[in-house]
Amino acid sequence: MINFEYTRVSSVKAAIDVLAKNPTGSFIAGGTNLIDLMKRGVTAPSRLIDINNLPLKQIEETKTGLSIGALVINSDVEENDIVQKKYPLLAMALKAGASAQLRNMATVGGNIMQRTRCTYFHDTAMPCNKREPGSGCGALQGYNRMHAIFGASDKCIAVHPSDMCIALAALDATVHISGPKGERKILFTNFHRLPGDTPGKDNTLLKGEIIAGVTIPENNFIKNIYYLKIRDRASYAFALVSVAAALELSGETVKNVRLAMGGVAHKPWRLTEAEKFLTGKRVSKETFIQAAEIAMKGAKAYGHNNFKLKMAPAAIVEALMKAAG
Amino acid sequence: MSKEKIIHCKNDSCLHEGRRDFLKKSSALAALAVASPAILKAAEDDEKIAAWFEKIPLQIEVNGIAHNLNVEPRVTLLDFLREYLHLTGTKKGCDHGQCGACTVHADGKRINSCLSLAVMNEGKKITTIEGIAKGDKLHPMQEAFIRHDGFQCGYCTPGQIMSAIACIKEGHANNEDEVREFMSGNICRCGAYPNIADAIIEVKNGGYEL
Ligand SMILES: Cc1cc2nc3c(=O)[nH]c(=O)nc-3n(C[C@H](O)[C@H](O)[C@H](O)COP(=O)(O)OP(=O)(O)OC[C@H]3O[C@@H](n4cnc5c(N)ncnc54)[C@H](O)[C@@H]3O)c2cc1C
Ligand code: FES
Ligand code: FES
Repeated sequence: MINFEYTRVSSVKAAIDVLAKNPTGSFIAGGTNLIDLMKRGVTAPSRLIDINNLPLKQIEETKTGLSIGALVINSDVEENDIVQKKYPLLAMALKAGASAQLRNMATVGGNIMQRTRCTYFHDTAMPCNKREPGSGCGALQGYNRMHAIFGASDKCIAVHPSDMCIALAALDATVHISGPKGERKILFTNFHRLPGDTPGKDNTLLKGEIIAGVTIPENNFIKNIYYLKIRDRASYAFALVSVAAALELSGETVKNVRLAMGGVAHKPWRLTEAEKFLTGKRVSKETFIQAAEIAMKGAKAYGHNNFKLKMAPAAIVEALMKAAG
Repeated sequence: MSKEKIIHCKNDSCLHEGRRDFLKKSSALAALAVASPAILKAAEDDEKIAAWFEKIPLQIEVNGIAHNLNVEPRVTLLDFLREYLHLTGTKKGCDHGQCGACTVHADGKRINSCLSLAVMNEGKKITTIEGIAKGDKLHPMQEAFIRHDGFQCGYCTPGQIMSAIACIKEGHANNEDEVREFMSGNICRCGAYPNIADAIIEVKNGGYEL
């Protein structure tokens, strides 16, 4: 690892100030993604700003829902009583991610900011427009088994890797941001972006800003939820395809529904049209199959990931069936 | 490249140290070889390179012993344990969070020491495989691994044992499925999984003080 300078900060203001003075620096939280990438030479910040002492470690119920600080570790969110009782979809998605050790290190902010696992991005000998704009996309004609089927561009077909983020997108969470110009918030589904012509940018966080936390509005997605993750081994692997499904049923009728997918796009992929279709319908496998067909409109595969065109709709149906109980 | 100093040793441990020193030096040289032109230019000026490799004071407790040392920020907790404290029980498998061989406890929580910087553990209490036996008396998990043949080559074992102790303490060892799920961060290339799971379930049910 190329050496760097290191600063510990203990307030959000100090974190923002130090970053402003060191534009080639980077925040470090759990370190599980950043140190990995630094060892591979994918990134080489001149200074690491250790934000682990920032007072952003609370999980609190508010009048409108739940608030989670950016530095709460993933396992503490997953094990939290309120999360387990009232936001079980989030707990289930977190448990499906990484390993027990990594979840003890990974923070909420770091999880949201984690970079793609595309092997061309990770291998500095390969072309990658995300790592080195203009160098080309190695995956487009290459080994693209893990790659996107929705919203990709001819510049980048990488996918966003997080499980937690798929649940947060489904639950209509909001990301709270602090920066040199003050505070702002943005809907979770608008936080990450599609690659377009500028795949270097994973999300809409501006230079110099820090994630302070996320909030989730209160909801009734408690009994009928499921996070289905399909991967190459039973545990400790990234998703090929994942589906977060949340239903609010009135008898046999869908009163309210949320669907989001992971492993298929450059951002957590909300299935808005399928949600609209399902609302007010009676629960049945046939209806779920129709919803999956709607969700798959516009999907495009790149060769090695052709199987996702079959796996994704099947996963949507299975997740909905499991959620419906 | 400067000539390596020849160290004359009589016993194994000294040879061991010599090899480690050599490895340390050669990895520093390797780091220079891949350094950016800016750093190489800085290297022409002694003072500048000193600034680049500035060490940070670190207070850390490892297996009950307090240490006050200066370390470069880029030293991972794993390298710190192995290269600075010579606690080589904690293993380096992948160095990228993918295998669990480097598992230690930091303030009681199991973590991958390869993905944490030593300086990020300021003020923390670290426990490694060397810190769990009571004198000559092995930890119940160590004994159970021996009883159940929970290893073949043994390379993953320190990480498995540290992870297994935490798995029970967290309350995630209530049945075999749960053990397998919550131990999935520890890969065993020899495939000793069934015996590892048996050892953990036995210790869980044995009501030992962990
Ligand atoms: C082997 C392995 C397997 C994994 N498997 C999975 C999996 O199955 N599912 C899954 O979801 N994840 C998985 N992960 C990824 C893991 O979840 C992420 O590495 C982790 O969430 C990152 O969090 P961190 O706190 O360690 O981030 P860091 O590594 O500290 O930081 C990552 C990035 O986020 C930035 N950052 C951190 N906090 C903030 C903040 N508050 N504001 C602004 N920027 C910030 C940093 O500057 C850095 O750029 C896996 C990782 C590994 C190594
Ligand atoms: S050496 Fe740390 S996980 Fe493999
Ligand atoms: S015993 Fe050989 S890797 Fe586990």
